Amino acid sequence: MKFSFSEEQEEFRSFLRRFLEEKSPTTEVRRLMATDAGWEKEQWRKVNTELGLTAIAIPEEYGGQGFGLSEQCIVLEEMGRSLLCAPYFSSAVLTANAILYGASEEYKKKYLPEIASGDLTASLAFTEETGAWGISSMSMCAEKTENTYRLTGVKSFVLDGHMSDLIIVLAKVNDNSGSQRLALFSVDSTATGLTKNLLNSTDQTRKLAKLMFTDVEATCISSEDDVTEAMQKTFLKSCIGLSNEMVGGAERLREDTLEYVKMRMQFGRSIASFQVTKHKATDMLADVELAKSAAYYAAAAFDDGESDIAATASIAKASASEAYMQTAINAVQMHGGIGFTWDNDTHLWFKRAKSSEVFLGTADFHRELMMQSWDQ
Amino acid sequence: MSMNEEQVRNEVREWLKENWSPNLDLVEWRLKLADSGWGMANWPAEWYGRDLPVSLVPAIEEEFNKIGALTIPKSGIRMLAAATILNHGSDMHKEKFLKRIITGEDVWCQLFSEPGSGSDLAGATTKAVMVGNKWVVNGQKVWTTSAHKAHWGLLLARTDMDDTKHRGLSYFIIDMNQPGVETQPLMQMNGHASFNQVFLTDAEVLPDFQVGELGDGWQVATTTLMHERRAADSLRSWGQASKGDGPIYDQERVETETTMQPYKWYPQRAGRVDLIMDRAKETGAIKDPAIRQEIAKLMTLHKSAEWTARRARAAQEQGKPQGPEGSLGKLAASNVARAAAKVHTLISGANAMLTGEDSPMDGTIAEILVSFPASSIAGGTDEIQKNIISERVLNMPKETRFDADKPFKDIPRNTVS
Repeated sequence: MKFSFSEEQEEFRSFLRRFLEEKSPTTEVRRLMATDAGWEKEQWRKVNTELGLTAIAIPEEYGGQGFGLSEQCIVLEEMGRSLLCAPYFSSAVLTANAILYGASEEYKKKYLPEIASGDLTASLAFTEETGAWGISSMSMCAEKTENTYRLTGVKSFVLDGHMSDLIIVLAKVNDNSGSQRLALFSVDSTATGLTKNLLNSTDQTRKLAKLMFTDVEATCISSEDDVTEAMQKTFLKSCIGLSNEMVGGAERLREDTLEYVKMRMQFGRSIASFQVTKHKATDMLADVELAKSAAYYAAAAFDDGESDIAATASIAKASASEAYMQTAINAVQMHGGIGFTWDNDTHLWFKRAKSSEVFLGTADFHRELMMQSWDQ
Repeated sequence: MSMNEEQVRNEVREWLKENWSPNLDLVEWRLKLADSGWGMANWPAEWYGRDLPVSLVPAIEEEFNKIGALTIPKSGIRMLAAATILNHGSDMHKEKFLKRIITGEDVWCQLFSEPGSGSDLAGATTKAVMVGNKWVVNGQKVWTTSAHKAHWGLLLARTDMDDTKHRGLSYFIIDMNQPGVETQPLMQMNGHASFNQVFLTDAEVLPDFQVGELGDGWQVATTTLMHERRAADSLRSWGQASKGDGPIYDQERVETETTMQPYKWYPQRAGRVDLIMDRAKETGAIKDPAIRQEIAKLMTLHKSAEWTARRARAAQEQGKPQGPEGSLGKLAASNVARAAAKVHTLISGANAMLTGEDSPMDGTIAEILVSFPASSIAGGTDEIQKNIISERVLNMPKETRFDADKPFKDIPRNTVS
């Protein structure tokens, strides 16, 4: 198991950091988050084409660069740091993995190269209005017609679901034998009977949609097998990806806050000279560094095929959920009044911390998952 | 592998072939090690070493281990004494002490901490005053491991009340077997007495036994403390005596057991995370949703602390500059110990009120519950750690000092000390 990044990885990271600082300053984040779309085709194409970010973790045989999750997590960490507004997590993480693990060869060949090139944006619609993250808790059931399937029901909390070209839907299918299995379906975003509602999300940099299906035509893209296992793998890989994205944001907040307290003068002295501030800053460092270790370890463990990976992914997500939110709370507190204003950038990360704390499961949810995998 | 290492390995093998025997007496064997320089190969050739770089020591020890030959234990206060003497001692000190440190015949202790100066070691008020041709020492030291068995003590004492706090200190080697030195065990809240208090009442030190110049005590003590940190790191591996049959192994086992005795409760101090899952299953506590959450919180903290340590080590091995992750181990360990004690309490329920044979695991759980507070105090409190990290890692302003640039006698200090 590797516990450090290679020189190439470090170089890639620092290049990417500079690049995103330039392309996604908070003025740009604020501009894009205020739009309904949440991102802009032209701007995203410029960022993506130069670096091939959507291709990085897709296998070479499907038009990708074939790197591991560890490399993709560097991208995610830096995106989390800069709050880049782009359909990356929805397309290149959630949906690409669902297709990679759950779709038949035909559909992998059809969709993955286009996702890799960035020409196709895709959303994975798996959660429903209950907001439950467990793969098995889905209730939508596809109805089989002669040549195709029809979907009716509601999918919610679908990341970038209002904007994506392609929607991949997780739904149950009734087999001839009378039993049910989970399958993946592709739905064109312009399909008849599909209504897409942009939800009002607190974190404006992360757009969520409610998708209402009324007898919508869908193509089954998975094989005859049940996709539960494929979806579990997709879920835990996405949790690891999100954890890395989160620690990137947490670290940026921590650094900005430290810089601010060093500059801020009160009572004739820098507020960084107060021991209570120093100790809090150290606690923040510990929170973020430990969460980083868990996120990095989980990505490397996934690439290494570690057997306890489900628990490890949950450790990473639980750790990131707690650390990011706590860092954000501390960041606002240490900024004082200015930190509570709209003009100050702290709330941008605070809100991302909140949405990520919940997205793909809160810390409590993941702690229960850990216990289930250890106590069998 | 460089030629150099290969040559050294060959030489060690050759020497061991001629000299090692499990039938030797332990001291006899260590004398051979001292005379040949193979015991402390990184020490100077004129002082029982071979002038070899410290990086070759693991290779040498590996050759020893291959044939079951005993090495010199590299830990313990006596090794701190050796490091200090090698750095700052006179030739007389080296001649008199080093060999018996290698053989293990002399036991040493460290007389730094005082009731009035714990985190602030340089605030020591134990005084050494020259009376006639001897130093006469008065004061009280505390947290002294092995003082009751020690032949010699490393003493930090104040020789000038008018000079500044740090400049007023000097460093001595004191003979522990004299009427002016009284040692009492110090009972801890967990019932163990791993340390001692030492009362110095007109205790005497010959002028020759001063280490370094007058007023250089703090600087010399810094050397000792630096080695103490390293020794703490190797404590774990040291605790495992070599396995082997023969009188020399028996002798070493007795020595190790005696030396390790004070540290028996240390695993409990760290919280015994290793026991959590089994205990939760045995007691059925694992079915309780609230306790499941607390166990998972603890495991998350424990695992991420472990991975942080691995990350720091990996960076170090690659010769990268130490990142912030390298300074967080001790703080993380305090948090893990605290969380573990809490979870053990939840798992044990009412039984957490009991101790000794009435309690779970014959008192081991009870011992965790009254030992963990030591984690966040010993070897630098969490608060001092946070000061150090915020100042050195985060580059935040240093604490305002009220004790610099003035005579020590004018600095406010504890009235009881």
